[in-house]
Amino acid sequence: MIGWLGQGMPHLIAAPILLPLFAAALMVAMGERRRAGRALVNVLASLLGLAVAVALLVWVDGEGVPGVYLAGNWPVPFGIALVVDRLSALMLVLAGVLGAAAVLYSTARWDRAGVHFHPLFQLQLMGLNGAFLTADLFNLFVFFEVMLAASYGLLLHGSGTARVRAGLHYIAINLLASSVFLIGVSMLYGVTGTLNMADMAQKLAAVPASDRGLLNAAVAILSVAFLAKAAMWPLGFWLAPAYAAASAPAAALFAIMTKVGIYAVLRVWTLFFAGGDDASAAFGSGMLVVGGLATLAFGALGVMASQRLGRLAGFSIVVSSGTLLAATGLGLPALTGGALYYLASTTLAVGAFYLLIELVERARAVNVDAPEPDDDTDHLPFALELVELPQDVNLDDDEHALVGKVFPAAIVFLGIAFIGCALLIAGLPPLSGFVAKFGMLSALLNPGGLGDLGATPVPVAGWVLVALLIGSGLVATISLARAGIRYFWAPQDRPAPRLRVVECLPIAALLFACAALTVRAEPVLRYAQDTALALHRPSVYIDAVMSARPVTQPSWRPEASAKEGGT
Amino acid sequence: MELVMSAAIGVLGGCGVWLVLRPRTFQVVMGLSLMSYAVNLFIFSMGSLSIDAEPIIVPGVPPDLAHYTDPMPQALVLTAIVIGFAMTALFLVVLLASRGLTGTDHVDGAEDPDDAPPGAAVAIDTTPAADREHA
Repeated sequence: MIGWLGQGMPHLIAAPILLPLFAAALMVAMGERRRAGRALVNVLASLLGLAVAVALLVWVDGEGVPGVYLAGNWPVPFGIALVVDRLSALMLVLAGVLGAAAVLYSTARWDRAGVHFHPLFQLQLMGLNGAFLTADLFNLFVFFEVMLAASYGLLLHGSGTARVRAGLHYIAINLLASSVFLIGVSMLYGVTGTLNMADMAQKLAAVPASDRGLLNAAVAILSVAFLAKAAMWPLGFWLAPAYAAASAPAAALFAIMTKVGIYAVLRVWTLFFAGGDDASAAFGSGMLVVGGLATLAFGALGVMASQRLGRLAGFSIVVSSGTLLAATGLGLPALTGGALYYLASTTLAVGAFYLLIELVERARAVNVDAPEPDDDTDHLPFALELVELPQDVNLDDDEHALVGKVFPAAIVFLGIAFIGCALLIAGLPPLSGFVAKFGMLSALLNPGGLGDLGATPVPVAGWVLVALLIGSGLVATISLARAGIRYFWAPQDRPAPRLRVVECLPIAALLFACAALTVRAEPVLRYAQDTALALHRPSVYIDAVMSARPVTQPSWRPEASAKEGGT
Repeated sequence: MELVMSAAIGVLGGCGVWLVLRPRTFQVVMGLSLMSYAVNLFIFSMGSLSIDAEPIIVPGVPPDLAHYTDPMPQALVLTAIVIGFAMTALFLVVLLASRGLTGTDHVDGAEDPDDAPPGAAVAIDTTPAADREHA
């Protein structure tokens, strides 16, 4: 398998960017009428993209060193390089899984709600994959913009006042963040004279003390852009309304968009500041930890206060962002490893939850016109006027009528999927959310490794993170149980909702992927630990990029070409 | 030269930030445009300002920044201009859609309830912009 894959390398590294690009171009060329053809192209391209991502992951894990692709065969610091290492491959696979699930789901209903859903979807995947693969800071900006431009379209897909209103805020915030991004990148270029991240990391040690302040300011400004993307408090208020307004498949794909911010922080911060112990070593780690903890607390409060499931899912994304940022900032390789496993688990779980929410709310809206609480205005959770009691169901008199009734299959599926998502998001056993939290807690409470008992004290921030991790799990359990009671347990006189197989299949597949993460926790955690170790030893990545050489040209014979030119 | 550039960036950036914080969508668009001008000038200035220097290497002149201007920021600015322009156009479309759907040009899609009487939120606001500023 590895040998076979080796044939296609390093050219396969460009495939996750080129494939969606060509698929999108093909779909635009096909025109608006051929809806089924476009859907088919989109599904096939997404599945193929997932296969490529998995192949890259297998190759990188077997090889152990990052693979480098020099676009246009330019030598390293000058041309744009694409690099796949363990972290990139992991993110590619996550994006691929979510993309394939969301596009399958969209073929049931949502792709009819607007014209260019399918091309936009592929372009969004292209932006995501490009951001994960590029080794160049300005190129990262370009792929961020590709991803964002497509996400504006996807967020507005289906139109409606709520989407346009949320989209307006979302676009304004992201345009501002892009300006900040550009300021940071250009300052870093001014200080180091390069845009290649590996080259920049090498040159940081040589930055004179007089430029240190400028360098730190540049990195801080750049990280504001990343952290706004990752929805760190107080930069993340845009997230919950925007994601709650998005259509289900778009929201499921957006579940990985905050992770792009986390990825960028992990990549840039570990490259620049994890390796050496010069003047800027571990610069900003305190900010990451404090910001992450505040985000985690804010997200947990938001989860508690949410009425609608869409907002609840949005705030659980905020919770996972906070957890990841704080875990990254603490800078322990074992903790980062646990956090990467958590990243995989939580991304898939929230993606599945967004898809599920639409089905659950449709099931509820079949004929009960429930009052829809709008969370833009403040409601008390479980406010009395929201507990609607149908008039024609009298539990005391007719209780025997419920006995021996068979549950409709659709309700059973929705119920089981909801429980699965709730377990994953709250981090309860037996699913992968629990394994992830356990991995992080274990790394937090044994900072020196399992061998040295109590020799290395746990930092205060570590204790706060432990408390917040457990507390946020409790809060998520309460909120999801409350929502479950309202949606599944409350007496409602209604027929069973009709679900289609293409809608249930992606949810089942995502939950199955989480179950697989649980069953195969050991190899996945091992992979995550290897990734974390490589991140905290950035010299491997830097050497791989800097030692990449362009392919030598076939010898050019002037007399031969002159002869051809003459004839 | 440095003074003129930094003053220009400062004024553009300051005006941009002030406008972005205003409650009307059109002001936000203008603010974002001004901010992107400021950022473009800033990127440009990061490649060492020089007068009468070109980025294309001439034979016989040693290729260093003392004799040439850095071509890299110019390429970056070009990319940033294109992307910023496209995004502003897209934002304008969303602005018009929001105005059409909600009937107001407030960024929240509804007038501030403290400023406007109830019911005014859905009515199309036809008062001149100058009057609205005082409301």
